[in-house]
Amino acid sequence: MSVRRLDANQPDSFEFTPENIEWSKKQMEKYPEGRQASAVIPMLWQAQKQEGWVSEPAIEVIADMLGMAKIRVLEVATFYTMFNLSPVGKHFVQLCGTTPCWLRGADDLKDVCRKHIGDPNTVSDDGQLSWMEVECLGACSNAPMVQINDDYYEDLTAENFAQILEDLRAGREVKPGPQTDRKGSEPLGTLTSLTTPITAEGAE
Amino acid sequence: MPKVTVDGIEVEVDASATVLQACEQAGAEIPRFCYHERLSIAGNCRMCLVEVERAPKPVASCAQPVNDGMVVHTKTEAVKRAREGVMEFLLINHPLDCPICDQGGECDLQDQAMGYGIDSNRYGENKRAVEDKDMGPLISTTMTRCIHCTRCVRFITEVSGVPELGATGRGEDMEITTYLEKALSSELQGNVIDLCPVGALTSKPYAFTARPWELKKTETIDVMDAMGSNIRVDSRGREVMRVMPRVNEAINEEWISDKTRFIWDGLKTQRLDRPYVREDGKLRVATWDEAFEKIAEKVASTTPDKMAAIAGDLADVESMKALKDLMVSLGVTNLDCRQDGAKIGTAGRGSYIFNSGIEAIEEADALLVIGSNPRLEAPVLNARIRKQWTKGGFPIGVIGEDADLTYPTDYLGAGTDTLKQIIDGSHPFARVMDVAENPMIIMGQGALTREDGEAVLSATIAYAKSAGVIKDGWNGFNVLHTAAARVGGLDLGFLPGEEGRDTQGILDGASAGALDLVFLLGADEIETKYLGNAFVVYQGTHGDAGAHRADVILPGAAYTEKSGLYVNTEGRVQMAKRAAFPPGDAREDWAILRALSATLGKVLPYDSLRDLRAALYEEVPHLATLDELTSADVPEGAATGTMAATPFSNAIKDFYMTNPIARASKVMADCAALANDTDKGATGTHG
Repeated sequence: MSVRRLDANQPDSFEFTPENIEWSKKQMEKYPEGRQASAVIPMLWQAQKQEGWVSEPAIEVIADMLGMAKIRVLEVATFYTMFNLSPVGKHFVQLCGTTPCWLRGADDLKDVCRKHIGDPNTVSDDGQLSWMEVECLGACSNAPMVQINDDYYEDLTAENFAQILEDLRAGREVKPGPQTDRKGSEPLGTLTSLTTPITAEGAE
Repeated sequence: MPKVTVDGIEVEVDASATVLQACEQAGAEIPRFCYHERLSIAGNCRMCLVEVERAPKPVASCAQPVNDGMVVHTKTEAVKRAREGVMEFLLINHPLDCPICDQGGECDLQDQAMGYGIDSNRYGENKRAVEDKDMGPLISTTMTRCIHCTRCVRFITEVSGVPELGATGRGEDMEITTYLEKALSSELQGNVIDLCPVGALTSKPYAFTARPWELKKTETIDVMDAMGSNIRVDSRGREVMRVMPRVNEAINEEWISDKTRFIWDGLKTQRLDRPYVREDGKLRVATWDEAFEKIAEKVASTTPDKMAAIAGDLADVESMKALKDLMVSLGVTNLDCRQDGAKIGTAGRGSYIFNSGIEAIEEADALLVIGSNPRLEAPVLNARIRKQWTKGGFPIGVIGEDADLTYPTDYLGAGTDTLKQIIDGSHPFARVMDVAENPMIIMGQGALTREDGEAVLSATIAYAKSAGVIKDGWNGFNVLHTAAARVGGLDLGFLPGEEGRDTQGILDGASAGALDLVFLLGADEIETKYLGNAFVVYQGTHGDAGAHRADVILPGAAYTEKSGLYVNTEGRVQMAKRAAFPPGDAREDWAILRALSATLGKVLPYDSLRDLRAALYEEVPHLATLDELTSADVPEGAATGTMAATPFSNAIKDFYMTNPIARASKVMADCAALANDTDKGATGTHG
């Protein structure tokens, strides 16, 4: 983790779309009068969904909507690493580099990212892709893996990961989940445990 | 009430107390950084660890409520080791640059490291680096020293009510900052310097000028507003180096405003250090005798009805007494201490003081503010109002200018029309005042300096009596003054005598040529251009408006350079003490007047300050009761005149520029420039 600052280049303004304003109102209504600040995390998240990242004008708009001091919203936005404080690509790759993925070849995936996207935390020239390394995303049995926007891509190799990135860049459809033929996190190959059938008398 | 045993001593404590408070009650000293009794509990420094029997781990005592039968140990080996561990963690990222740190010598971390620090470092990595933040012209930051106690954040948010400080990031990357490094705008921000337990936030104007052990500490009284905040003036030689707050629960708790704290550079600039006389239109340096002779000449050729005297906002009671006695002995009746022209002081004492006392704000359950902006007129008092508001059930109505007072208010209206509606009960807020147990009214000078000030005052007093603001056992009728000298002057009766002129009358008379001699005792807040061709004697401390217009200048002593009585807005008499000597030939004000009286042949009957005070106490007995509130009757509000419909306008427009000392201060000028800068992008580096 490193010091998190707002991006040096900020847009002039931020506005929620009409649908998001409706959505925000519903979030705020969940809390008793005077406690609207409780909705700050969902609102920041929605702003990020809309723009891809949380900008300074967005923080100020949300502070106004919730009747909070701007510094309070900034505190939340800088505390949680899930909020991107700089622009990200249309396809935002979060690459797990924690031990299980690392042992299974996350370093190779990083090289792929460098080659096909560029340096971490920078958007590719065409605006399509950006990537960053994150800590464990909880899909260790399918290591190595990445998260691209809302989907997990698992059981990656340098080859199929590069293909996914190029497909995304070209606007082709890609398949989320394990990139091998296994389903979910079931064992690779055959069962290695619980191999004996279970009868009415119990396991043999 | 629960009984707690601390180190074998059993104490009975309040059920809402924390373990730390119980320990203090039992006389055990608990080290702490984040805990502060006037702020909310954070519990993040962990320095206050104690051992509680049957608790599995050491307990952070500041955040642990007491239980009946608790047995606490604060001096065991385990406690010492736990605190040493905490200290070691705190010091991992602390730069240990004490030799170049302004906090050195008065640093909580330094002191506690003496008790709990270890002599070596087990941490081999680089210490973290943090960018310094710009917080404006008052607070200097060295953020690598910060230990993240968050006292400053809690103070700015809770007490000052201007939430501009926060902690961004998390863990090792946590940083204390203002939003996008804008300058702080609170009038109480200087208090975070005292609250900061390390050298992260220090005083910018005082930076690298002195060490605490070199300073002579003088406990005295502030005169920047009418609160009479208790201060400690730290001086080295003849120079005032800084001003710090003293604890006085009844007045300022332990806060002071920025004007009080950072005014001291104004005490060194623009000072009048020698007498001057005007010759051929130019002021020239003179001796005391020359100056006195010149005045004597003029007095001899002037009839008493053509002489007048105005006392300024920073005058002590003794000098006003001496000036009044001198003027009376000359037969002069044109006297006034109300530079702003407030229509007060002619009725009883209760009509011009803050009757309930400042502390009683915490007993009030409804407040009506009339023609006042307490945030600018008395920032520390405003913090007390805010404190009461945060407890809930404290509706606050405002008639006058609609300003941000740091707490939400019901804005009722701009002027007398709304006041009339309150009085006749047709306004909904009148109902709020009626049902309140202890309703309170705060009247500012904005409502009293008008032509119809007397009518507004008497109407409000009559309303106060009918609405239960003034009743047996509760007097919530409060006048908030802006000048430290005002209540003292009124108590003394420094007011127009029979057929005498008031301030406006003096100015009118002088510009019309009806007055030939005007004596200004530190009076700079008047429009000096209306003094016409009158011969003006200015006795004061700074080359401000009055001195520029003067024909004779008598250099006096500032509030830190003399012993003097000041009566605050509550009517509380307090004695200021001398912290340093006046510069050059300047003298204490009463002594100047005593010497002048001899030249004029009207020798005042006192040769020492002691004699003067004896005469003063004889004339106004309640001035002899120091540091206490004396209750005063509020006279019946006899309706005089009608109220004009013009809206109330507040007495203070520019908080940082209200008196000659402030106008001579560069720090105050910086603050004023920043406050007036409408460009919200100002970063504090301006000016």
